[in-house]
Amino acid sequence: MGLYILAFLIFPGFLFSTAVGLLSSWVDRKVSARVQWRVGPPVGQPLFDVLKLLGKETIVPENANRAVFLAAPLAGFAAAMIVSTILWLANLFAVSFVGDLIVVVYLLVIPSLSVMIGGFASGNPLATTGANREMKLILAYELPFIVCLAAVIVKSDLGIQLTAIAARPAVLSISGLLGFLVCLLCVQAKLGYPPFDVAEAETEIMGGVYIEYSGVPLAVFKLMQAIMLATLPVFLATVFLGGLHFNGWGILWSILKYLLVIVLVILIKNTNPRLRIDQALRFFWRYLTPVGILAVVLAIAGRAWGITWL
Amino acid sequence: MGWKMWALKKSPWVFHVNTGACNNCDIEILELLTPRFDVERFGIRLVGTPRHADALVVTGVVTRQAAPRLKEVYRQTPKPCVVFAIGACACSMGIFKEGYHVAGPVDKVIREEDPNAIILYIPGCPPKPEAMILGVVKALSLL
Repeated sequence: MGLYILAFLIFPGFLFSTAVGLLSSWVDRKVSARVQWRVGPPVGQPLFDVLKLLGKETIVPENANRAVFLAAPLAGFAAAMIVSTILWLANLFAVSFVGDLIVVVYLLVIPSLSVMIGGFASGNPLATTGANREMKLILAYELPFIVCLAAVIVKSDLGIQLTAIAARPAVLSISGLLGFLVCLLCVQAKLGYPPFDVAEAETEIMGGVYIEYSGVPLAVFKLMQAIMLATLPVFLATVFLGGLHFNGWGILWSILKYLLVIVLVILIKNTNPRLRIDQALRFFWRYLTPVGILAVVLAIAGRAWGITWL
Repeated sequence: MGWKMWALKKSPWVFHVNTGACNNCDIEILELLTPRFDVERFGIRLVGTPRHADALVVTGVVTRQAAPRLKEVYRQTPKPCVVFAIGACACSMGIFKEGYHVAGPVDKVIREEDPNAIILYIPGCPPKPEAMILGVVKALSLL
């Protein structure tokens, strides 16, 4: 029991995930800078941002619902920490239980929900607009996300345990590849990156959901975003690319898998403008969901006729 | 100096306020934030709301209508924060010194709100982006 608390707080939990998250956030900013022919910030920049935010005063607006406004970042951060702990424990120490895939998918929604609830509790019409858009975006991307996970579950002989799914890399088959691409775009929306950053549109609605946040709550939101940036590629690597193993040459492969997902996310981020919310909804429901359904059908066909590459 | 000021110097987030400028200084600030001059090296980022800001970049002579609004934006910025007065008009009213529509230079209006405000001046009409970067880096090293 004490070992699990230690795991939650230090090793794959709070300190480790935060460190990996801030480092990934720096990788994102540096690669974006180089793609734009710039130099970019130094390594410690995301850490300096968080430290600076911890030193500013926290202002709660008069019209805001004080309790929800201050509790929303903590709820999202806690969910992100738990997800990170579960995923790293499953990858490093094969600590897994039946149904933990469902727990992880459920917990991965909570950071976006907390951002949305914080926006609604801010008492600012621009924050409400941003939270409204975030709500529609969650509805949009959760559907193809779950459909592609269904394809992966079918491919791994209907097992819903993370270690069982990680044992067979789904991306080596057509349905797994389609599922990986669809889930990559859903992860882009989950992270709130362009082209799906319509909820935190900086220039359009002045910061959207985060407009009234300052000081410590904003620092907690930034940490939550950093942990999500570190956790979602690990999730994709576990479910589609065969997991991260740290023995021998596996260390190199694992780092390459993680970097592949992160670099794809960053490149999509830097080459696309922002979509409107109705364009995003149409993209996810009309174009990506049929691809996901095709992946499920191919997976079921492949399993029924024993063809592993379908 | 304290760790709060040290962290603020490492990562100053900037919010731009135009209190009645002719837009020349605003254009130069916009150019400053483009990839060509790359102020992200210093951790400077343009934010969309004063609640996220550490540095208010104020341009323009403060007109009578803009004065209460500038004070409101200053109140909305979480302390500790600094104010950059960019351009000749913001530093000392410039050619509008005798104008009937002005409420004063930026430092007079801000000090009515907060006498202990930290205000930094970057003169020029408009200051070149290189001059602005030099001014910001020098000013932050003095804090």
